[in-house]
Amino acid sequence: MDLSAINPVLLIASLMVAATPILIAAIGELVVEKSGVLNLGVEGMMIVGAIAGFATAVETGSPLLGFFAAAFAGAALSVLFGFLTQVAQANQVASGLALTLFGLGLSALMGQSYVGVKPPQMSDIHIPVLSDLPVIGPILFGHDIILYFGLALTAAVWALLKFSRAGLVLRAVGENHDAAHALGYKVVRIRLMAILFGGACAGIGGAYISLIRVPQWTEGMTAGVGWIALALVVFASWKPWRALLGAYLFGGVTVVQLNLQAAGVAIPVEYLAMSPYVITIVVLVILSADKSSAPAALGRNFHASR
Amino acid sequence: MIRLERRPQPSPIWSMATPLVAVLATMIAGGLLFAALGKNPVEAIRTIFWDPLFGEFAFYYRPQLLVKGAPLVLIAIGLSLGFRAGVWNIGAEGQYIMGAICGAGAGLAFYPTESVLIFPLMVLAGGLGGWAWAMIPAVLKTRFGTNEILVSLMLVYVAEQFLASVSLGLLKNPEGFGFPGSRNLQSWDSAHNAELIAGSGLHWGVVAALIAVIFAYVLLNRHMLGYHIRLSGEAPRAARFAGVNPNRLVLFCLGLSGALAGLAGMFEVSGPSGQISIDFNVGYGFTAIIVAFLGRLHAFGILLAGGLMALTYIGGDIAQSNMGLPSAAIQVFQGMLLFFLLALDLLTNFRIRIGQPEVA
Repeated sequence: MDLSAINPVLLIASLMVAATPILIAAIGELVVEKSGVLNLGVEGMMIVGAIAGFATAVETGSPLLGFFAAAFAGAALSVLFGFLTQVAQANQVASGLALTLFGLGLSALMGQSYVGVKPPQMSDIHIPVLSDLPVIGPILFGHDIILYFGLALTAAVWALLKFSRAGLVLRAVGENHDAAHALGYKVVRIRLMAILFGGACAGIGGAYISLIRVPQWTEGMTAGVGWIALALVVFASWKPWRALLGAYLFGGVTVVQLNLQAAGVAIPVEYLAMSPYVITIVVLVILSADKSSAPAALGRNFHASR
Repeated sequence: MIRLERRPQPSPIWSMATPLVAVLATMIAGGLLFAALGKNPVEAIRTIFWDPLFGEFAFYYRPQLLVKGAPLVLIAIGLSLGFRAGVWNIGAEGQYIMGAICGAGAGLAFYPTESVLIFPLMVLAGGLGGWAWAMIPAVLKTRFGTNEILVSLMLVYVAEQFLASVSLGLLKNPEGFGFPGSRNLQSWDSAHNAELIAGSGLHWGVVAALIAVIFAYVLLNRHMLGYHIRLSGEAPRAARFAGVNPNRLVLFCLGLSGALAGLAGMFEVSGPSGQISIDFNVGYGFTAIIVAFLGRLHAFGILLAGGLMALTYIGGDIAQSNMGLPSAAIQVFQGMLLFFLLALDLLTNFRIRIGQPEVA
């Protein structure tokens, strides 16, 4: 065992990379849940985004186009969920599960000819002087553009929810859809838009895994990241900045356990690999005592009956 | 102008008809999918739904229907009780794995003793293993209010890692030339979950599944506890006023579904699959969710739905070897079925009205 081989600077830099897919997916789901909808299909939308982004990037040679395709694919899949829950009034839990099961199958089907293919690389940004600084350079100024997009998205969603009128309406719909409807807000339309946004975010998060984090395509490669993102929303108490904190915590656990595996610690690999899931459960237990901040209409369907 | 009007009562006719319509719609949409993959859609649908039952080699495939259907029905029955009460156990895959590990482990501890007591002991250990794994989300939910959906799902990934660990370590066959995986239980009479009638596919798991169906039917329709389960799902407030203890229901529903999933895993590992290996689980725990919904969370409905889903597995295998249909296409097909079912449920709960609303 040689723990000195673990470089703390690289560790933090790779922690940020590992956290980004969880963060982007969680921010998307946070907006969906703020509007009062519980979409359990994050895992399914992520994996479809992962393969759609991967395939597009390979075919066009442009990772950025891949991310656009992934956002589109995630949103397209979320339309199915939106139709089921908002129009056909189906149970949200069941519909979300259906989305995940369907997405896992669909992605495996789409990805058959992409196993073992290498995607085009997304270059890291390079700012003269700043990126070359020791320690701070690789941590703050040496990443790919999507990572910064994730941070900007967190800030934007926070500001939108807290300061804008649109955010206020979204929260009103999520807290009490009958009151919002009585005020003349289009509950179903607002929720559909939130669901689409959540789908696009999940797609981008998935593509980040297949294009930057790993980068290659294997079946079922999201391996529960979508579910961890869902858990993250709960223990972030539906607050964007706490989601960021949580995502970095999870990125940290993932990266540390991978580093420990590589360093050959005396703990068997399988037990290290299960640690992110176990820690998710532990954190959920610690933080789920406080449910006061959950949107009051979460998971309840709205139908404007006369 | 088309609008939806909530029915005062769910329509009993549509409630029965939606699964059938959903299956038909899925066949059509699936046919389009297969056509898009460059396969003859009619031939593909026939290969999946007709050949296993009435085709040339049906004598071989019909027993498979029981083998594949039994774990699905066994797991789905347990899930359906929870789903009715609003307790969402979606980690049956993990409970299935843990049941298999505990069942096989309890048996292998006595290898190579031959005794009639070994198999019952394995059954007990398998059920207990699944039960214990499901008790984790149940206890966390009742004690700390933790979301059982997320915890039970997380535990699937933990169980998968644990399965990898035991098949490479604790339960690895010492005479297996270093290959991962346990001893083959099929070649050890005391632990083998053999067919009760040779060539029929009828093993103890099938018997257990049938017993579970009858048990669930009686429980839900003739027993106070079943009434409480239905009441909690349909009117949680009324259930609380009636003095139903929600925590006890959570413990019961998760515990029972876990135990049944564990039994399914144990019967599978000691019978059709034969040994604990890294990838011995094939997703029955997740497909059983579709089976439970397709069967309308009703015991006999689940029996039929389990048979149909088993058919898609078998037919999918045939279509894969004969027509080169990718196995993932069947997974998509099963997912589509759930979509159509949920969408068509609209007709059960709502009336579709065309035209202007009348002035009341």
